Amino acid sequence: MRSAPVHLPLTPPAILPVTLAAPDDFTGWRDAARALLAAAIPPDRIDWTVAGTGMADLFAVAQPLPAPVTTMAQPVPRALLHLLRHALLHRAPGRFALAYRTLWRLRERPRLHLDPADPDMIALAALAKSVRRDLHKMHAFVRFRKVGEADGRERFAAWFEPDHHIGRAVAGFFRNRFAGMDWLIVTPQVSIGWDGATLREGPGGTPADVPGGDAVEAEWRAYYASIFNPARVKVAMMKKEMPVRYWRNLPESALIPELIRRAETRVDAMVETVRSEADLFAPAEPGGRRFESLTALYAALAAEDTPPSPGFSSHVVPGEGLPSATILLVGEQPGEQEDKAGRPFVGPAGQVLDACLAEAGIDRASAFLTNAVKRFKFTSQGKRRLHATPNAGDIAHYRWWLAEEIRLVNPTIVVALGATALHALSGRKQALAPVRGDLLPWQDRRLLATVHPSYLLRLPDAQARDIERDRMVRDLRKALAAA
Amino acid sequence: MAKLTRLEKLAILADAAKYDASCASSGATKRDSRDSGGIGSTTGMGICHSYAPDGRCISLLKILMTNQCMFECTYCINRSSSNVRRAAFTVQEVVDLTLDFYKRNYIEGLFLSSGIVRSPDYTMEQIVEVARRLREEHGFRGYIHLKTIPEGDADLIARAGRYADRLSINLELPTDDGIAALAPEKDGARIRRTMAHLGARIGDAKAERRTSKKAPVFAPAGQSTQIIVGADASNDDHMLRTSSALYGRYGLRRVYYSAFSPIPDASRSLPAQPPPLLREHRLYQADWLLRFYGFSVEEISATMQGGHLALDMDPKLAWAIERREMFPVDVNRAPRESLLRVPGLGARVVDRLIAARRHRRLRLDDVARLCRSLRAIRPFIEAADWRPVGLLDRADLKARIVPAKPPAQLSLFTT
Repeated sequence: MRSAPVHLPLTPPAILPVTLAAPDDFTGWRDAARALLAAAIPPDRIDWTVAGTGMADLFAVAQPLPAPVTTMAQPVPRALLHLLRHALLHRAPGRFALAYRTLWRLRERPRLHLDPADPDMIALAALAKSVRRDLHKMHAFVRFRKVGEADGRERFAAWFEPDHHIGRAVAGFFRNRFAGMDWLIVTPQVSIGWDGATLREGPGGTPADVPGGDAVEAEWRAYYASIFNPARVKVAMMKKEMPVRYWRNLPESALIPELIRRAETRVDAMVETVRSEADLFAPAEPGGRRFESLTALYAALAAEDTPPSPGFSSHVVPGEGLPSATILLVGEQPGEQEDKAGRPFVGPAGQVLDACLAEAGIDRASAFLTNAVKRFKFTSQGKRRLHATPNAGDIAHYRWWLAEEIRLVNPTIVVALGATALHALSGRKQALAPVRGDLLPWQDRRLLATVHPSYLLRLPDAQARDIERDRMVRDLRKALAAA
Repeated sequence: MAKLTRLEKLAILADAAKYDASCASSGATKRDSRDSGGIGSTTGMGICHSYAPDGRCISLLKILMTNQCMFECTYCINRSSSNVRRAAFTVQEVVDLTLDFYKRNYIEGLFLSSGIVRSPDYTMEQIVEVARRLREEHGFRGYIHLKTIPEGDADLIARAGRYADRLSINLELPTDDGIAALAPEKDGARIRRTMAHLGARIGDAKAERRTSKKAPVFAPAGQSTQIIVGADASNDDHMLRTSSALYGRYGLRRVYYSAFSPIPDASRSLPAQPPPLLREHRLYQADWLLRFYGFSVEEISATMQGGHLALDMDPKLAWAIERREMFPVDVNRAPRESLLRVPGLGARVVDRLIAARRHRRLRLDDVARLCRSLRAIRPFIEAADWRPVGLLDRADLKARIVPAKPPAQLSLFTT
């Protein structure tokens, strides 16, 4: 396509100017080099220039090149050609001369290109390496912006400033990757575009050729900020792989200074924010009435207690179990079955609990079971009585009864089954998840919170139920080990 | 709570995914979008489209489907007891986001993982459905890495392999005891079984593809895993033996080592401390010695003190200083295996030396031109004009190579 103009030589050994059509005119260089080699013109007699750039050697006399040749006596090894294809895209002015000199030397040393310690080969390899890096960085750092749609195809445009003459060389990569959309990449030297059928080429441009304002850029910036881990700041590494000269065309780069500046504070905050136990528990309230025994306590409860809010059953359900148990488990409130039987944990949730206790190695008879709220709260639907969650007032109302039960049993560990029990024991309405399964020091005893067995009954998915059940059993085992 | 926008979900679910070190997009079979009507290509090499200030490559859109999780893994930011903000993408949102990012050349593809929500199977189904839509409905030819949930159904895992370039299961802790203590819902034996199963499927698919190009692909970029460094008491010896077994038995492509970082709302049972970045770095170096330099775990292990790699020098140098009788190595005559054991000589430099010595007797100058620095190399090699007379036997050999700096942990905020 862009081969050099041909003139005829008159007076050797004058300097022979060879003008290539473009700075990336590999074909032009190759054709000229073949002809020059065939005519045995030594490297020091050639002045390589690119049309429209710089000055030709003033002493060079306009003279014709040797006739073009199609085959060479000694073909250039494929591996070397591959290296040259990249090396000649470098912006270094001496690249054409260096490449020709290497071919010239190859006549005497046919295996020259296989010697990585040869100075010319080292120089060529360095050029090719920096061009390959530039190609790679262009593949990586071009940022398209959506500029519209036409005939059902989205259209995108990008502005990019490569270091070397690679504008045309990258076209194939972008076509193969973005076949399904229309795109245009503008560089200072050349612009290339794709419409789904053909690659087109045009003159270079400016950043103004690519309109701004693509809403997805905000999402990309959010992603960039979130994927950064402030605990491992390594700015030098980032700059090595993403040199600062590329930053002005990267939408995410504006965030970098702020991300680095805030990193230290963010990590300090994470390291220091270790939740303290003081936040978990309300201060213990001064004791109320004291009872001699559980029997006396339950008798008083049955005789004196009135429901704290409407919707409660008319009778209370006391705790049961070994009065000297080392493990005491607290549920939410009696259910329908418990209310009828007058005993805690005898309904469906009780059966789940029994099974979990057994699996954890806890003998129900040697533990003590009770509830945070001592009466069944429900709403009526026809003949059925449906469970209603006790409110904060209900929980507070029974709190001192519960505290007194615990004092009398004097267990080593108290297990809160569910959020209501945790609320009643800790004095704070709080989420169960953050403390679940932890052995917390609490009022000279230990407290461990886990889910209520009825939670397992409500899980619709069998796989999920198994996982949660295993977890509850593990929590109970942990409690047993601490008892 | 108001409905979260796609941007808000993205911020939460990328934050939740960032403790997964893997972002590689390499190793896929070459393909492009010219015949798919969509977008996407893979060149086998992988491209890093950006770098975050943590020095890590951003190659893939690395997100979770959701950060809600039934599991309580102590080290994890998404464990069920963590107070982090929760969000969940729909399948279509992940598909659209991947395509929107890809079309702007922000990414090489998608790395999708998820908290375990509702059930392992349900979660895995969602992940697979994203990949299916991308491949089948949008002709997407970019890179897809899917996290595999070992508790999930084997059929689902098989489907994942059809669409994904890479599959991974994170082991996270090198020992079964560690898993039992810190990730009670997980099961080391089950993870290994799934890895073995995946390894066999990947190997079979490769073999079939060698005989017929029409054979179905199955995770052509193989499987990888991640081990957390510094969350439990495992030492470097445990780590490397685990890795070595994973490479050997299940044909893993990569084992990633991830220094345990402080996370928001960390569990009180784990130390809140800066991540052991230097230890992580040494593990990667030792890992490379295992995979590309012909070292055995025993050889590396023999240089350890109390089960740990030296922090003040790289593991190859530590080995060479212990085994001085193996040196000097003659750069003009030694076989490749011996050259690979010289501290400071990488595989690529070794290949160049071998090529160059066919043309000349290499002098120290030639070696200097082909490698980055002679300082570490000089005492261990012999060249046409160089013998390390006496140097090798000096008691202060290490001090002459390693800069006299106290072996400080890599600072959190090196710039």
